[in-house]
Parts: sequence; C-alpha cells; structure tokens
Amino acid sequence: MNAPSVDYTAVAPMLAVFVAALVAVLVEAFAPRAQRFIIQVFLATVSIATALIFVVYLATQDTSKTTAGGAVVIDGPALFLQGTILVLALMAVLTMADEASPESSAFTAQASAVPGSVDEARASRLGLVQTEIYPLILFSLVGMLLFPASNDLLTMFIALEVLSLPLYLLCGMARRRRLLSQEASLKYFLLGAFSSAFFLFGAALLYGFAGSVRLSAIAAAIADGGGTTAASAVVGKDGLLLMGIGLLAVGLLFKVGAVPFQSWTPDVYQGAPTPVTGFMAACTKVAAFGALLRIAYVAIPGVRWDWQPVIWVIAALTMLVGSIIAIVQADVKRMLAYSSIAHAGFILVGLLAMDRAGIGAVLFYLAAYGFTTIGAFALVTMVRTSTPDGGVGGEATHLSQWQGLGKRSPWLAAIFTLFLLAFAGIPLTSGFTSKFAVFSAAADQAPWGPGLVVVGVAASAIAVFFYIRVIVLMYFNDSVGDAVTVTRPGALTTLAVGVGVVATIGLGILPSAALGLANSSSVFLP
Amino acid sequence: MNQIHWLYLSVLLFSIGAVTVLVRKNAIVVFMGVELMLNAANLAFVTFSRINGNIDGQVIALFVMLVAAAEVVVGLAIIFTIFRTRRSASVDDANLLKY
Repeated sequence: MNAPSVDYTAVAPMLAVFVAALVAVLVEAFAPRAQRFIIQVFLATVSIATALIFVVYLATQDTSKTTAGGAVVIDGPALFLQGTILVLALMAVLTMADEASPESSAFTAQASAVPGSVDEARASRLGLVQTEIYPLILFSLVGMLLFPASNDLLTMFIALEVLSLPLYLLCGMARRRRLLSQEASLKYFLLGAFSSAFFLFGAALLYGFAGSVRLSAIAAAIADGGGTTAASAVVGKDGLLLMGIGLLAVGLLFKVGAVPFQSWTPDVYQGAPTPVTGFMAACTKVAAFGALLRIAYVAIPGVRWDWQPVIWVIAALTMLVGSIIAIVQADVKRMLAYSSIAHAGFILVGLLAMDRAGIGAVLFYLAAYGFTTIGAFALVTMVRTSTPDGGVGGEATHLSQWQGLGKRSPWLAAIFTLFLLAFAGIPLTSGFTSKFAVFSAAADQAPWGPGLVVVGVAASAIAVFFYIRVIVLMYFNDSVGDAVTVTRPGALTTLAVGVGVVATIGLGILPSAALGLANSSSVFLP
Repeated sequence: MNQIHWLYLSVLLFSIGAVTVLVRKNAIVVFMGVELMLNAANLAFVTFSRINGNIDGQVIALFVMLVAAAEVVVGLAIIFTIFRTRRSASVDDANLLKY
C-alpha cells in the first residue's frame, strides 16, 4: 500500500498556519513570559499573512486539483473561502492583540484560576496575559481552512473538530463576567459535541449507502440509482441516504446557527470574549457555509428534490426567527447574535438556488458579512463602563448604556451606524449588494424561489426595525451620565475597523470586482 | 450471524446516547452520552465496512477514536473549570445567560 502523494503547494496555506500553531505551542513552553505576547502576535500575524499570499498565488495559477489521496480539494470556492477566512482572521487577531494594558484586555489573566479567588487576584496584579489564545486561534484556523476544502466526510469531520475544540476553550477566557464566559464555553461544548456526533452518524450511514465517504463517490452512487453496495441491499437505500443526509445536515446547520439549531448562538456570543465572538461569528460561519455548499453541490445534488423543501422551510424559519427575536433583545451582543442567525437564513436562500449564480452570491455574501461583523464586534469592545475611580471597567453591552453615544463619541457611533445599515441591507452598503445577489439568484428558481424571496424581504423589513432602533438610541436619546466611557482604540483595532469600513462601503458602491471574483470562483471540482 | 443486528445495536446505542444528553443533568453524564453516540457511529462504520467488504470504515473508526480522545481532554477541562467555580456540574445550574 502506497502513501498518497501530497501536493505541498496546494496545501501550503494550511501548512503555514499549522506549522505556526505548533511553533506557538513551543513558544508557550520555552519563551520567557515577558516576551511571549509579542512573539505570539508576531507569529500569528506573519503566518496568516503568509498563508494569504499562498492563497493568492494559488488563485492566480488557476489549477483546480485534488490532493492528499483525494482527501483535500483546492478549487475556486475553496480558495475564495480560504482567502476570506484568512483576511477575517487577520482582522480578528489584530483586535485581540490590541491591548493598551492588561486591565483593558478582553482575556483573563489566567483561565485556570477560579473567578474571585486569591489566585485570580494575584495573576491580575502581576499583569499576566493568557497568550495561549494565539496558538488556539491558529489551530482553529487550520480547521476552518480545511473545512471548505475537504473532499470526503472523514476529512470534513476532522476539520469540524479541529476548528471547534479550540473555540470551545477560547469562549471561556473572558476577563470579566467570567461565570458567563465559562457557562458559554460549557454550553457551546456540550451542544457542539452533540451536533458533531449527529454529523458523524450521518457520515456512517452515507458510507453504508455509497461504500465510500468521498463526496464524488456519494454523488456517483446517487446517480447510479443507489443501492449498489451490499449494505444498501440489506438496509434499504433510501433509508440510508435520506437519514444520512438529514443527520449530516444537523451537524452543519448547527455550526451555521440555523433554526432549529440556533439556541446556542446568543448565549455563546454574549458570554465569549468579544474579539473571540467576532472571530467565531465571521470565520466559523464562512467555513461552515463552505462545507455546506460543497456537500449540497458536489455530493447530493442528485437528490435535491428530497432535501430542498426541508432547507426551504429552515431558511424561512431562520430568517424570521432571527429577525423577530432580535427585536426584544436588550444586549448589543445578543442582538448581533440574533442578527447573525437571520443572516444565516439569508445565506441559505442563496445556497438553495443550486446554480453558479447561487454559489457566487453565497461566496460574496459571506465575505461582505464577515467584514462587517468583525468591525462591529471590534467596536463593541471599545464601549466600557467606568469604574468609580475613573478607570476602565468591563464592556457596557446593555443597549441602555449605548444611549447618547452619538454626541459623546461621534466617530464610534457613525461607524457603528454604518455597520448596522450594512446588516440591514440599506443601499450603498455591502449588505444591500449581497442580499440582492442571493435574492436574485433564488428568485429565478421557479416554483419555490419567489415565495422564499418574499419571506426574505419581509424578514429584512422586520430586521431594519431593530437596527434603526439602536441608531435612534445612539443619536436621539440623552446619554446616561458618566457611567459609560469609550476607550481610545489602539492602532491595531483602528486598522481592523478601518478595513471593515472600507470593505463595507467598497463592496456596496463598487461591488463588481468582488462579485466578478466570487462568480468566477464558483465552480466546484467534482 | 446476520450483520444487520450490529446496525440495530449501533442505532440503539446512538439513541441511548442522544436521550442521555437530553435528559440527564450532570455535565459529565451528558458528555458520556455524547461519547456513546460517537462510538455508536464507530460501530456503524465498522459494520458497514464488513458488509460492503472494503476497509475504509475501519480506518475511519480509528480516526474517530482519536478525535473523541481529544474531545474528552477539552471537555473535561471545561467541565472541571466550571465545577471549581460553581461547586456543581449540573447543567441546570449554568443558567445565567438568557433572554
């Protein structure tokens, strides 16, 4: 038996990040504590930038290929999504690394210390920094890069776990309100592990159906009419195939936060440290939708009449539930979480189109949404409560604390308004272009497309209400006194927010280049 | 012996695991339910491998064991941290995040 040959150029982006993650673990073990922070940040940013350069190089080479014994496929959508994930991750790392002092950091000094204990106080007094977050981010990033590029269900499962496990830990590392943070971590872990078990059992059933977990083999087995394997003959091919697809979908829809698997999203987004929430909201969504696209378009397009109605209902429910429940939220992070659920529904509308326009629209939507999301969560980290002695306290996430920010901090309020308008899909922002792209792709698909678009537009209209409500709060309500302070952002956060602003406006006013790139990247290698 | 019985067993184990996750309160027991589900999937992989006569399923089972072990490490770390904070591993006590 020969070892499969690996095309190292094709997997170079993943290798770059993976090697950096391993080195980062060694740095944790051997570098002196005082220098760890700067080394880790350097390592993370340089490795992500290197991986990005590899992705751009591979994209210019224009050679789609499968490698590593067919387990990994590097094609247009994979490269587009990898590039998107890397840029977003770079922005997220910048917001994480930006801390003027350990006191204003979003991360706990020592995650293992019990909240409120002597150990914790001592760690804070010594000014310790939990630099383990950077290797964890890098490992998670490796999983995210592999997830949309995996060509069989086993690789996909491994990528799913590699991206999830570090995120479970990162959620529990908030500096303040640590009980909430640890609770978010526990909820995310238990529900995430539960859903990935469903994914795995679905993969087992599809393996029984097709005799292989390779996506193209599953598609071929469906095209043959199924039932060519002995297991299909024993158990019944339709049962294996449809149950398998259903269980697989549970795992993937959980990761994207679609109804009815959305209940973890608000809790985890609220409890996790805000820069991690931004990373999770943007990058995980891109990676998970990448995998969902690949399954839908490469493995199971042959039985789409069976699964499209189910996804239709899920997309409609996701849009409506996300938009409606967001109205009653009083916490800005929870509101953004429900907004992300609604956006998952909009992206599912594009996924249902089942043609190249649909793939291109989803790719563009993911990129546009990711930039806006990371920017918005970076802004949330700046609005803080003031301590009685005039210092900087925890984040002021309650909406009442955002009243009157327009007068006290015009820049922050203006940029947050821009991001909210983009989420709402107002013209001249990236949100409008991306919503238009997914809706127009779906509207062409008679008979079911127009109905779903009507639901989507109605959900958008509902969503506009709660986005505008925040804008009204910031500009037309009086501020609540000195209880809230807006910290001056460091250079790194400013850079990340700046990229978000430029992308949000740029993709709204001049979307043709990015839309063209997304459309030209929209061919899956079978 | 008819190999389909192994599939019935794996579905049964998977269901027991899922019910455990849904009804039990202790986070450790919930987590054991998840592990049972993963191993039920392993049994299904191995059975299908035997029925279909190719070896892929057995290789996959090995990978899954490895992933499950990694998951145990992370999961126990999280549950243990929560337990030290709250002196309780009940999932019903972790109820601060709502609305």
